[in-house]
Amino acid sequence: MAVRVQPEDFDVGAELAALRRENPGIGAVVAFVGLVRDVNGAQDVSEVSEMTLEHYPGMTEKAIEAIVTEARRRWTLIDALVIHRVGRLLPTDQIVLLAVASAHRGDAFAACEFMIDYLKTRAPFWKREVTPTGARWVDAREADEHAAARWAD
Amino acid sequence: MLKILYFASLRETLSESGETLPLPADVRDVAGLRRFLAARGGRWQCLLTAKNLRCAVNQEMARADSALNAGDEVAFFPPVTGG
Repeated sequence: MAVRVQPEDFDVGAELAALRRENPGIGAVVAFVGLVRDVNGAQDVSEVSEMTLEHYPGMTEKAIEAIVTEARRRWTLIDALVIHRVGRLLPTDQIVLLAVASAHRGDAFAACEFMIDYLKTRAPFWKREVTPTGARWVDAREADEHAAARWAD
Repeated sequence: MLKILYFASLRETLSESGETLPLPADVRDVAGLRRFLAARGGRWQCLLTAKNLRCAVNQEMARADSALNAGDEVAFFPPVTGG
């Protein structure tokens, strides 16, 4: 299990290959890749020229590790990987990679969706968008809270 | 001492990314610290008026009634928007 918070981009193919390398017990890998869009969250029109991701160093890693630990408690997983970028990003850039390896696809699909839903509402990252009318902090979406609430036990 | 951190839009509103101060004698919990900071007036009043302000104590999500002790690291921030 690995958690990385970094400004650098990542190579999804290389990361997935490393995750499952030399482990013939892995029958399924499910990955989620989050990307920077050029649309503004509130108005949904193409006008975002760049984005900056701020985070809380120290707590960020702990919060993500807690999410992975919770996923491993709920499902039978062999390994998991989370990479989240910070700093300045442009539309089409990769923001986040979550990958889950398990023996069967059911556990991997469920755990991956759970992890991104929890990450979006529990890991201390904040997005700031630059648009033609200036920069603004992205508001949290109620839909994300609802998505995370589905997993409450 | 208490280490306090401010993030994102709150950091900009306060023009302050953090500070260190002795734990005030009458502050027992997160709600008490918010009242103490807001009492500075001006832009600091947002510690009480901001909607959905979140708080972490020692890098764990905390609530209004979470206890505070000398040596704690307290962070205030708006709802998170990563992923």
